[in-house]
Amino acid sequence: MTRSARRTRRTRRTLRLAGAGAAALLALTACSSSDSDSADSGTSASGSTKPSGTVNVFAAASLKESFTTLGKEFEEAHPGTEVTFNFGGSDTLAASITNGAGADVFAAASPKTMKIVTDAGDATGTPATFVRNQLEIATLPGNPDNISSLKDLTESGLKVVLCDAEVPCGAAARKALDAGGLALTPVSYEQDVKSALTKVELKEADAAVVYRTDVKAAGDKVEGVDFPESADAINDYPIALLKDAPNATAAKAFIELVRSAEGQKVLTAAGFLKP
Amino acid sequence: MTSLGGTGAADTLKGGPRRRRGRQPFKGVPLPLLIPALLGLAFLILPLVALLVRAPWSTLPEQLTSAEVWQALRLSLVCATAATALSLLIGVPLAWLLARTDFPGRGLVRALVTLPLVLPPVVGGVALLMALGRNGIVGQWLDSWFGVTLPFTTAGVIVAETFVAMPFLVISVEGTLRAADPRYEEAATTLGASRFTAFRRVTLPLIAPGIAAGAVLAWARALGEFGATITFAGNFPGRTQTMPLAVYLALQSDPAAAIALSLVLLAVSIAVLAGLRDRWMTAS
Repeated sequence: MTRSARRTRRTRRTLRLAGAGAAALLALTACSSSDSDSADSGTSASGSTKPSGTVNVFAAASLKESFTTLGKEFEEAHPGTEVTFNFGGSDTLAASITNGAGADVFAAASPKTMKIVTDAGDATGTPATFVRNQLEIATLPGNPDNISSLKDLTESGLKVVLCDAEVPCGAAARKALDAGGLALTPVSYEQDVKSALTKVELKEADAAVVYRTDVKAAGDKVEGVDFPESADAINDYPIALLKDAPNATAAKAFIELVRSAEGQKVLTAAGFLKP
Repeated sequence: MTSLGGTGAADTLKGGPRRRRGRQPFKGVPLPLLIPALLGLAFLILPLVALLVRAPWSTLPEQLTSAEVWQALRLSLVCATAATALSLLIGVPLAWLLARTDFPGRGLVRALVTLPLVLPPVVGGVALLMALGRNGIVGQWLDSWFGVTLPFTTAGVIVAETFVAMPFLVISVEGTLRAADPRYEEAATTLGASRFTAFRRVTLPLIAPGIAAGAVLAWARALGEFGATITFAGNFPGRTQTMPLAVYLALQSDPAAAIALSLVLLAVSIAVLAGLRDRWMTAS
């Protein structure tokens, strides 16, 4: 092989490798842009057509059990559709939406977190309150510490877990404590309502202030204690269709189901209050 | 240095032999290696640059002088240092056992020791709860006999960080021990030293750079620990809320504060890695 032939060959190989690297990078960047592409094609569809395809629902962690049920009902009522969920802390979900996550529906655990999305101009119309949630004290099964009021939690020697004030369940707990004029030092401020409940389920904490719905979902692993101050800290749950929804038609139909009598039945069965 | 057996982590931290001044950079580096190498470099550095670009520089002084930030930073530094000390105390003997003795199932033990390296930290936290929690298989005895419960305490943070960080120290020290010449220890024992004296007077000085490198890695890993800490020790300002936890919770409501906190953690980590590299890693 002549020297020049070898050189051209080497250059070509170099180019090919560089090309492969560039292609990989392009593929990576393409992932982020594909969401907005499909969003454009989806919103142009009119609302009167039959729902089909995938609906991507971002919902507060406390809605997990009831929305999963509603998702199955929706898929059965509209063959050809599929509902996928992203359950998490409302703040985290709101942040993903404002950063361009391609979701269709957002159901938040507080108006404050919904406001993050509406302020960013990412929702269509006014969000509708579809349920409300009340706080309850979760104690160990059998309530061995005889907790009967919020005040009991402030007594020393009890390990109490609260949600961090940054997340809706923590903000509500703080409101309830303020309403009762009580000061409570927990052992931990947890990052969401489910992890607060888990600490009680694992018997690491004696009590946690969580939602009624979470106590109900936990079954006999915890026992719920109602307290009057919770009436002052009821959380409204707003739901909204997102502006860049890739599948607006099916998303609207899903919101309709959530707000329908049928949907409300599922939600109240899980412990939610009617709006 | 090489004859003293600075393998793996020690060399990584040392940064290899220094380039002399005046040499043409990247000369003779084949393009198929240079391009991906630069891409790799850009990929690792870009997020850090983004952090600097998006930092709220105008409000940074207020963000960083708040009492909570210093509380979280101090707790992070104290816990990471305590976790490193604990790792040294029990990790170096463990590394010695793995490198210098032969016992059945040693391969399995080695694998188990390094498991926390690949285990998701949250899983580590759950496992620690099952073992040392108030209701855990060992923890319930700690509670009923001594009244000691680790979850939700600063000691719990140290335990969680040690669990995640110690393997870094153990594999680093074990590697150094394997590369060190055992004949020095043998000579010491033939001259009448006991095995422990030989370890203390000969082996330890011999592997000091490896121990230092492992300790730095463990310290840095402990400083950044999040998953096991929040799972096992919870989150309470001043007691268990370390910097990574503060960053995560700040991100929920105030991204600017989260970026500011991240910058502090980044600066501390870089300062320590860069500072220690030159001072203690280049023993020879």
